[in-house]
Amino acid sequence: MIIELGHFALILALAAAVIQGTLPMIGAARGDAAWMALARPAAVAQLFLVVFAFCALTQAYVTSDFSVLNVVQNSHSAKPLLYKITGVWGNHEGSMLLWILILALFGSAVAVFGGNLPPSLRARVLGVQAWIGIGFMAFTLFTSNPFERIFPAPLNGEDLNPLLQDPGLAFHPPMLYAGYVGFSMAFSFAIAALIEGKVDAAWARWVRPWTLLAWAFLTGGIALGSWWAYYELGWGGWWFWDPVENVSFMPWLLGTALLHSAIVVEKRNALKTWTILLAILTFSLSLIGTFIVRSGVITSVHAFASDPERGFFILILLAIAIGGSLTLFALRAPSLKAGGLFAPISREGGMVINNLFLTAACAAVFLGTLYPLFLEAIDGSKVSVGPPFFNATFVPLMVPLVFLMAVGPMLPWKRADLAGALVRLKVAALAALLVAGLTWYLQTGGPILAVAAMGLAAWLFIGALVEWADRVKLFRASPGESWRRARNLPRAAHGMTLAHAGLAVAMAGMIGSSVWKQEVVTNLKPGESVEIAGYSLLFEGVGKLEGPNYKAERARFTVTRGGEEIALMFPEKRVYQVKAMPTTEAAIRTTFFSDLYAVIGDADGQGGWTVRVYHEPLVPWIWIGCLAMVAGGLTSLSDRRLRVGAPHRQHKSTARPAAA
Amino acid sequence: MTRKRRRLYIVIAALLVFGGATALVLTALDDSLDLFQSPSQLMASPPPPERGIRLGGLVEEGTVLKSTDGLSVSFRVTDGAQSVPVSYKGILPDLFREGQGVITVGNMGPDGTFVAREVLAKHDENYLPREVVDALKESGQWQGEATQ
Repeated sequence: MIIELGHFALILALAAAVIQGTLPMIGAARGDAAWMALARPAAVAQLFLVVFAFCALTQAYVTSDFSVLNVVQNSHSAKPLLYKITGVWGNHEGSMLLWILILALFGSAVAVFGGNLPPSLRARVLGVQAWIGIGFMAFTLFTSNPFERIFPAPLNGEDLNPLLQDPGLAFHPPMLYAGYVGFSMAFSFAIAALIEGKVDAAWARWVRPWTLLAWAFLTGGIALGSWWAYYELGWGGWWFWDPVENVSFMPWLLGTALLHSAIVVEKRNALKTWTILLAILTFSLSLIGTFIVRSGVITSVHAFASDPERGFFILILLAIAIGGSLTLFALRAPSLKAGGLFAPISREGGMVINNLFLTAACAAVFLGTLYPLFLEAIDGSKVSVGPPFFNATFVPLMVPLVFLMAVGPMLPWKRADLAGALVRLKVAALAALLVAGLTWYLQTGGPILAVAAMGLAAWLFIGALVEWADRVKLFRASPGESWRRARNLPRAAHGMTLAHAGLAVAMAGMIGSSVWKQEVVTNLKPGESVEIAGYSLLFEGVGKLEGPNYKAERARFTVTRGGEEIALMFPEKRVYQVKAMPTTEAAIRTTFFSDLYAVIGDADGQGGWTVRVYHEPLVPWIWIGCLAMVAGGLTSLSDRRLRVGAPHRQHKSTARPAAA
Repeated sequence: MTRKRRRLYIVIAALLVFGGATALVLTALDDSLDLFQSPSQLMASPPPPERGIRLGGLVEEGTVLKSTDGLSVSFRVTDGAQSVPVSYKGILPDLFREGQGVITVGNMGPDGTFVAREVLAKHDENYLPREVVDALKESGQWQGEATQ
């Protein structure tokens, strides 16, 4: 019964979205205040209905209601409660419902907190939000209904894919979706601005916090997914340039560009048209990211079960959303008034360069990800584009960007003195040389490029800190004075330093783990040991273990270094009984500087086991750096300026509405 | 600084960055593409050894042989019509089983054995790599939709 009510609630939510997407839009065009005001209650009603639908499905999962097809296919009564709940979005239908829920949350946030938005802009933003909602709810109801019943109900379910029964992946989809959907706000504001024919600093002040929030979520989501791949897949890698990873990375690249160009619109009233275009493209890539994984059009190592039947609906949806918004952009963008001027060497100039490199990198990833699709459409041959392509294109584009990342924040707005900025960076240059020298000294036989890359990471890290230290007059004024200055500094400035330094740390981690990773694959009998990077792992044998819904074989290793016992490691091989599917559980011993990573394979039938051991230097830095980036985003978000929002509309900068 | 001048600078910078990116993409695409082939295609026209190949099909029943140390393995990949011997050194994926779909990435050796540097098995019960499905359909061995 509750399931039917949930289904009905979703249909009502679709109806609410249709009202929200039409009447307020017409109202805004006609200047009818009452019709415009309809958007807010409609958005809130939509949220309540979607929350109800989501709770109904969750309830079916928690109580293991096997008369619901979706629960049968993705759950089992023996599954731990946490994974019963996360199983709701561990499948296609449920994850669509989660998408709709997050969209409704964002929409109602504008409705509730958007009191200081001009009524016509608010009505139009909510209207566009509703259009997106209509597309997704129609898709879910017509092609992927999670509320479908099955008769007769089976006694038990087919269980969730064991790889997904993991805390890291449990929260990866909600984070990732919050990022994807968060960019819908920038998109809605962009479309609304195009319809209004008006973009100004106040508009940017509204767009920026939503973009920041989405960016922070997406960063966290990608990092969480990468961390999961690292410890769960048992391959010792954290990024495979798999299409599924790439499609989440592309909106991140463009979202990062958008984050920076929105600052220029806000502070200098320039780059307006470009920012609108970026907002449209970022969300378009989020849509592609959501759908490409599910449509089965691209072969991926870790795709969900795919269903080509949905492909057609998806294609139509993408064509309307992306084609429609770009057409609107082409029609209306020329009527937007051009903004402020700036010299090539200036903060604005730096942001332009940042945007150029990020979009070029995104284009390269896009090409590499979709090239197999294009080629198959043209001549039918099937190819795959592997990591070498991305390493050869993406990395060279990032090097100049990271180099300039330390310089950009030193440049003042409008017109800057490049020599002056470089002089301020001499400490960073010194640090870069020092780190490069140290790397050179420590590594044996590694590539020279790695030395330069570590130097570059140090350059960015110290460069970011120098900029911050200059602003608070660290060591040049009394500590009290520096403290006062640091407190008066806008939160956004702290956030930038944190995010930039975080990227430097993550970068060092990525370099370290790719260049100095060591791997030993061998066959061990109990009592034998394997040596790696100064550690010795003594294999003591394999025991049996029983989990709630799996059986496991657990190996025991004693780790010694210099004859001293430092740790025990227990890698497992699990077989989940319902799906009869084996998974590998790596044992990882982490220190601040490196991970020791052990996996067991199959028994050879003569008392020996295949064992794979990795030594991964600096991997923990990747996670630390990503955390710092998320923290930087959230710190910026707490800036007072962004909370004050739109009331200070600048009269001089507003353009005439091109048409009404 | 006029508006036109500024636009010119931006256009030049954009051309430089995107031109560079295009050059990188073109050179990289040339030597990092792996071509998907079914066993029938591979036997019909053996590619040169330096060509990266993704060989997809089913692991033929009864052909999986492990070396005594358990590190090297050889098996045959079949699409029902033809089969190709494959050798691989390393740990096999968890879901590698006889009779199941598999994709091996590597090169064709001069002796007619495919040397795999990577072996990918399907990821869960319901999922078979699309390329493998197509290859099976082509050789007439496709048994209909996987169990749903």
